[in-house]
Amino acid sequence: MRVIEFLSQPWHWSISGVMIVFVMFLLIYFGKKFGVSSSFQALCSIGGAGKRFEYFNYDWKNHSWLLVFVVGSIIGGGIASTFLANPAPVQISQATISDLAALGVQTPTNISEGTGYVPLDIFNFDTLMSLKGIVILVLGGFFIGFGTRWAGGCTSGHAISGLSNLQLPSLVAVIGFFIGGLVMTHLLFPFIFSL
Amino acid sequence: MKLFKFLLVGILFGIVMTKSEAVSWYRIQEMFRFQSFHMYGIIGVAVVLGAMMHYLMKNGKMKNIVGDSIEFKAKPNTYIASLFGGTIFGLGWAMTGACPGPLYTLVGHGYWVILVVIASALLGTFVYGALKSKLPH
Repeated sequence: MRVIEFLSQPWHWSISGVMIVFVMFLLIYFGKKFGVSSSFQALCSIGGAGKRFEYFNYDWKNHSWLLVFVVGSIIGGGIASTFLANPAPVQISQATISDLAALGVQTPTNISEGTGYVPLDIFNFDTLMSLKGIVILVLGGFFIGFGTRWAGGCTSGHAISGLSNLQLPSLVAVIGFFIGGLVMTHLLFPFIFSL
Repeated sequence: MKLFKFLLVGILFGIVMTKSEAVSWYRIQEMFRFQSFHMYGIIGVAVVLGAMMHYLMKNGKMKNIVGDSIEFKAKPNTYIASLFGGTIFGLGWAMTGACPGPLYTLVGHGYWVILVVIASALLGTFVYGALKSKLPH
């Protein structure tokens, strides 16, 4: 029980950073690499997109290990949120709570109000049917797929693997991630959240 | 089974993403508002420690599980794609508060609407694949 209680605390950022490197190490040791967004290409290929476009016309079985990894991460999310759940919601800074409140987004302060992983007012099927929900969830998802594949990687492939392997294209990609994230957060959010 | 080990590594990854709170939409907002060190600490530790790992693997002539020497492929020098694609991903990362790994992990939390986000990401990937030859790289 002691171990479970210990693991159920939110992890310190330094522990989390070490554990991410451990995951990357295991994948490299097993002859693969750490990069999650390639799974999108593989899933499109399985769906038959290779018949129409060259980009998907490859042997997706080369990525079957990644799809198994992805299934594992879903299971891991289930295990962590069920058996290793924090007793309190994610504790973010007061400044962020105030900024989000100004946009009309509530931050849970008590676990009965939510875990603090996603804003429940937005991440639900009712909001999905509204313009705001379509923009945030559907357009947001579209940008993730289109952007990561154009850039050739996401946070795992570029920001962690690429930067730690001193790849200049990855540094450029991470600069792009922040340009997009900052423009969205500071310039476009006030408009989107007023929809 | 050869693939089973990747299931275990994936499970570990899902747990790490959750306990690190990198799956939190709120943490990503905090990051893009520069109001906490948390996400920068995670990524910073991972990059510095990861760089040491890469150095040791290259210079220590480390072998992988089947005894082959480990080779690292350089990322292609497609700087325009990195910048433009990266910027578009950044927009989506801030909106959904999740990058691809956390998207999958959050499905495991039972936030089923995330499946719609993943479906949209697949559509985005499909459109990229369709337009690839017309886009600058």
